[in-house]
Amino acid sequence: MQQFAQLVKVLSNSTKTNEKLEALSQYFATAPDKDKTWVLALFSGRRPKRTVNSTQLKTWCIQATGLPEWLFNECYLTVGDLAETIALLLPPRTHPASHPLHYWLQQLQLLEKATEAEKQTFILQTWDTLDDGERFVFNKLITGGFRIGVSQKMMVNALAKTYDIPAATLSHMISGSWDPGTVTIEALLHQSTSGADASRPYPFYLAYALEEAPASLGPIEAWQAEWKWDGIRGQIIKREGQLFVWSRGEELITDKFPEFIPLTNTLPDGTVIDGEILTYANERPLPFQTLQTRIGRKNVTRKQLQEAPVAFLSYDLLEWEGADIREKPLIERRTLLTQLIHMQQQPALLLSPEVTAASWDNLAQIRELARDQVSEGLMLKKRSAPYQVGRKRGDWWKWKIDPYTIDAVMIYAQKGHGRRSNLYTDYTFAVKDGDQLVPFTKAYSGLTDKEIAEVDNWIKRHSLEKFGPVRTVQPQLVFEIAFEGIAASNRHKSGVALRFPRINRWRQDKPVAEINTLDDLKALLRQSGGMEI
Amino acid sequence: MAAAMAFFCIFMYMELLQFTDKGIWCAAGDFYIDPWKPVQRAVITHAHSDHARWGNQYYLCEQTSIPLLKLRLGPDIHVQGIAYGESIYFNGVRLSLHPAGHMIGSAQVRVELNGEIWVASGDYKLETDGISAPFEPVRCHTFITESTFGLPIYRWEPQQQLFSRITNWIYENQQANKASVITAYSLGKAQRLLFHLKDKVTRMMGHGAITNVNDLLIEQGYPLPHIERITPDTPKAAFKNAVIIAPPSADDSAWMRRFNPYSLGVCSGWMQVRGHMRRRNADAGFALSDHADWNGLLEAVAATGATRVYATHGFSSVFARYLSEKGIDAREVSTAYGDEETITNPET
Repeated sequence: MQQFAQLVKVLSNSTKTNEKLEALSQYFATAPDKDKTWVLALFSGRRPKRTVNSTQLKTWCIQATGLPEWLFNECYLTVGDLAETIALLLPPRTHPASHPLHYWLQQLQLLEKATEAEKQTFILQTWDTLDDGERFVFNKLITGGFRIGVSQKMMVNALAKTYDIPAATLSHMISGSWDPGTVTIEALLHQSTSGADASRPYPFYLAYALEEAPASLGPIEAWQAEWKWDGIRGQIIKREGQLFVWSRGEELITDKFPEFIPLTNTLPDGTVIDGEILTYANERPLPFQTLQTRIGRKNVTRKQLQEAPVAFLSYDLLEWEGADIREKPLIERRTLLTQLIHMQQQPALLLSPEVTAASWDNLAQIRELARDQVSEGLMLKKRSAPYQVGRKRGDWWKWKIDPYTIDAVMIYAQKGHGRRSNLYTDYTFAVKDGDQLVPFTKAYSGLTDKEIAEVDNWIKRHSLEKFGPVRTVQPQLVFEIAFEGIAASNRHKSGVALRFPRINRWRQDKPVAEINTLDDLKALLRQSGGMEI
Repeated sequence: MAAAMAFFCIFMYMELLQFTDKGIWCAAGDFYIDPWKPVQRAVITHAHSDHARWGNQYYLCEQTSIPLLKLRLGPDIHVQGIAYGESIYFNGVRLSLHPAGHMIGSAQVRVELNGEIWVASGDYKLETDGISAPFEPVRCHTFITESTFGLPIYRWEPQQQLFSRITNWIYENQQANKASVITAYSLGKAQRLLFHLKDKVTRMMGHGAITNVNDLLIEQGYPLPHIERITPDTPKAAFKNAVIIAPPSADDSAWMRRFNPYSLGVCSGWMQVRGHMRRRNADAGFALSDHADWNGLLEAVAATGATRVYATHGFSSVFARYLSEKGIDAREVSTAYGDEETITNPET
């Protein structure tokens, strides 16, 4: 596993894409085949089944080190990563041994039916054989989430280089569901066998935000505009008589949305549609919060189906009559899509309508009405463009409306994770309500590294309590908080819940006396059409 | 008589060393240890800027620290030096300095009155670095200890191993035709690096902040290698495959970019944690510190035999709580001392 540990080390330390790419293709060229499939799975978010949980790891580490639990917790808060905390705390190994990555993953899978005591023995013995770098990745295999700055795109590129397969083809080959424990890398990357999985989705094409004026894109006639919907991006696939619904996170979510079941009979085989899953009633989307009631539940109640019915707003057609049509220009795909949706006459399968305008100025005016459409703005898509893979500039742009903003004061702070370990980067903000401060949101991002360092230093000197994860700070620092939406909530003290809150800027010019009030938030809520609770 | 009684009563209730808004104060001897606001008499543990500050009327330090103090605070300061172990008296308070192993001239301050002994550690490490006088434990009743790395995740690798990792990294860079730029605090850490690398690599060069200190110490007779000072006129060809020592403040500056192609290595105890290394955008991080690690702090505390411990700068609340649970009367004290390993611009 040393080779894998070394790979992880290079990938997480390097800031240069070329270096990472080089390390990955080097790895794919030299690692044992069985390890490669696992690395492919791990770095594309396919977690092995969990047989040991975080609490167990923590408990056994505390036993092995003899540290008090509170001290372990303090270490964890500073490191910001459980796997790494444990690797740093364990005593030096006494029985060095070396095994490849897939060996350890197999061993972990075998624990599925083991007793707690057997699991404990296995983990403690394993820790005792691994070096520091291996311990870290071993713990990561258990806790999951290798967030080390490797995008799926980068991995695909490395693999494409090693195996000399076009990146787009390769990306499709490794999508969908497959078991890294049984599939070989040859089978996975072999054209004729790789079509066997009927559920396989296409990689999504993602847009960048438009930063320049839209006129820079040339004549408006060359572009198709649509509302930008705020739901779950997804693909509906009908192949070999079966229906599959995938989310952008490459999660198979067919079972969560019974609304789509009728499509199993009506959609022709060999059809793949790209679109957005939204809660939808009376010909308009419902607020995102209603969709949240549907996420994370496998068994949907009748009440939910009535209160939060779901529809699929179709954007694009990727496969038609069994053929991959992504290379055709959008205008042709759109024509086929429009015909298909009209033929279907299914209440849960709709077309995301085109927004037409005579000029960019005219379109800009229409964009201002986005919130009335429960939309975040507009999407601009080049009519002549193919459907690309991943996030690419040029053919698709998101042109969002300006977010809401509120000036608020920081009242609590917590240390961050990963790159932000041992830094106070997670803040809770409050608005005024008379002479009280009412917390209304948390926000994690939006400051520069330099600002983070400054705020961190300030927090360390102005915190009122010292133990545990949360520091109460003197309410002095004012920030402008931006967010995309606001909804009533009875789970929050302030009565509101925000969508995508983040720090827009640090208002060092603004005294606490001049921050916004709870009434200002309620006014925004009414303005956005939400009801107070 | 009443006045004398009143004075006596106040004196009775005063601790030998107290924590005031100016620094650690000895009332009986009327001097401060590492004060952060100007005072008349300042006893300085070591020449780092968070411990040795401007504006004090008289300075007292270990004698080898004098040139460093003058380099930092100007040649005109009034400074007196004593040797390690030598005693000096202020109003009957006996004061002596003992090696702290943190850097050249770094000292623990031992203060004794009527048989009661306090030691203020300043910054210290237990491992002998080859240049500074090795740390010596001093028995006392009350120990004021730093706790910069007072968490058990901080355990240093023996320096022999660490330096061989650094030299391997340099060799790899040289094979890839890259310069190796190493950032290290200019006073202390940089000399430790130079001393340990001097027989393993040729062609070492330095930022002016590093060579200033280095030249001064060579003049004082320390066994350090001469390194070339990088100036605006140094030709680019000179940087090829070179080892360049730079202060942390030069990180990501135009000054550094001209060494391209280069690999950046950061030497600091904070590099122990991956997240910290990642946000420094370094190519390599080496957890090399002149502070004691967790085990070092515990060992030092135990060796003093102290029954009372005050933990200052760093993870002081955590360290104090841990000691309390081990039966030592320990508490956290807040001071204005920082940590030179994270001061981003120490040269100003």
